[in-house]
Amino acid sequence: MVGAIKIEGVVKRFAQQGAEDIVALNGIDLTIKAGEFISFIGPSGCGKSTLLRLVAGLGEADAGTLYIDNEEIREPTYERGLVFQNPMLFPWLNVHDNVAFGLRARKVYKYNKAEVDKFIELVGLSSFHKSYPHQLSGGMAQRASLARALVNHPKVLLMDEPLGALDAFTRMNMQDELIRIWQERQTTMAMVTHDVDEAIYLSDRIVVMTPRPGKIESCIEVRLSRPRARSNPEFLNLRSRILRILDFAGQVKEPNYYL
Amino acid sequence: MRQLVIWLPALSLIFAMAVDVLVENSSKYMLVKHSYFLYLLAVFFVVFTAIAITSYFNDKAKSWLAEKSLFVAVTFLSLNIVNVVTKKLGLLPVIYFPSLDKILGVIVEDREFLVLCLASSGKLLFTGYFFGAIAGFATGIAIGFSKVAAYWVNPLIRVIGPIPATAWIPLVLISFPTTFSASSFLIALAVWFPTTVMTSSGILNVQNAYFEVSSTLGAGKYYRIFKVGVPASMPHMFIGLFNGTCASFITLMTAEMLGVRSGIGWYINWQKEMMAYANVYAGLIIIAVIFSILIVLLFKLRDSVLVWQKGVIKW
Repeated sequence: MVGAIKIEGVVKRFAQQGAEDIVALNGIDLTIKAGEFISFIGPSGCGKSTLLRLVAGLGEADAGTLYIDNEEIREPTYERGLVFQNPMLFPWLNVHDNVAFGLRARKVYKYNKAEVDKFIELVGLSSFHKSYPHQLSGGMAQRASLARALVNHPKVLLMDEPLGALDAFTRMNMQDELIRIWQERQTTMAMVTHDVDEAIYLSDRIVVMTPRPGKIESCIEVRLSRPRARSNPEFLNLRSRILRILDFAGQVKEPNYYL
Repeated sequence: MRQLVIWLPALSLIFAMAVDVLVENSSKYMLVKHSYFLYLLAVFFVVFTAIAITSYFNDKAKSWLAEKSLFVAVTFLSLNIVNVVTKKLGLLPVIYFPSLDKILGVIVEDREFLVLCLASSGKLLFTGYFFGAIAGFATGIAIGFSKVAAYWVNPLIRVIGPIPATAWIPLVLISFPTTFSASSFLIALAVWFPTTVMTSSGILNVQNAYFEVSSTLGAGKYYRIFKVGVPASMPHMFIGLFNGTCASFITLMTAEMLGVRSGIGWYINWQKEMMAYANVYAGLIIIAVIFSILIVLLFKLRDSVLVWQKGVIKW
């Protein structure tokens, strides 16, 4: 199995004009196993997106090192696919050409033509392969961008709130879709999310981060069999545990009246 | 009422023809071989009668006519007024404001020479435009993507760019071997500036996320430049090309009026010196028609290249 990630003592600062540097990440150590589904959760500014970008190879850490399969990460490659919250489809290409982009860029398109159609079908866009991004709904565009990353057979799929912009129903469908793809392909998946339920539903492990400076607060193993039920008591337990770490549970007061 | 609207163009044309035939000519009117204006009206009368009849069983013709018939009718009414003022009443100095018969007569009788002039202008325009646009793209892409190129070329563009290409005429005419090469250089210069500026600003405005996505998909540097940066900045490039087209028309006309001894601009200037104002108007009409056609063609090209960005930019 490939796609193991090791993060050692990573520090990332952002310079600010006329003020002290913002410490986005402060001494991050983390090991992600090959084929693991890991989620990063935490409030805005905790550095989870920054960490994901460093793993992708976009930007450099100010201290510390990132490894993939024991090789240092220096620049972005197709082996670490990245999906943004905004689908970022190339608007001048139709769905088919968007999905084929990576293969063409790597000059392997002519050997893998069938792959493009296979992945378009996988995300259920077969009848839209000639459509331009402006003709797609948000969910369709996000699925196309997922296919665009997957067609490259990345060792690691990095997702920065990939489902954040979708409505609740599309979102739940896409979560099942992600699980299916992950189980079929055994790709390492690393996902940033704001949604606690989503993290528990999908991940093997949840990394809870806190801001100022961005650091890992705790790592929570999700020991639930799949497929998971969102109403399972253990699910709800985990949920309140994470919310407590994030300090959202607050003091539970006795309600002063009952409806 | 609707029936009347459909027949308005034809009615306006009948009225204009009737005025031309029935009203006596001014004593100052200089006779021409044929009454070309009347012929033109007759041709349009046939055309618009045909369209009006078609509109009874063709929805496309019907909706077109419903929208445009008033405009067409008023246009011919205005031509009718011009005809009355110049030919029938002789209210304006005949030498500067010749009758429509005379102007149309020039287009018909001088057509072979006018075509030669147009060909000569066209050759000059396209040579200059071609090289100017290519150079503009190249410079724009270079300064859009390379910090070094931007460092050295930007100040040059800032100094040279705003100088109207025509201001270089005195210098350029003596430094080039032929007036053709000199003028095509000027036109190229006029096209180069807006194309460069808009191309580079287009590239600088491309969202960085597109480049990031493409690099995580395995695109190398040049693939990112030509397959992401260039298409993403196409809308801007077309604005540059459009501005360049307008600048190239101005430069072409000025160059032909000042130095080049052929072409439609030269024709107008030459006829003006001969006090042949009918020929001047004929030249202007031809320029108007040709340049509008070129602009329409550019818009058609833009629409077909930019199908993907429906509703993003409108101009």
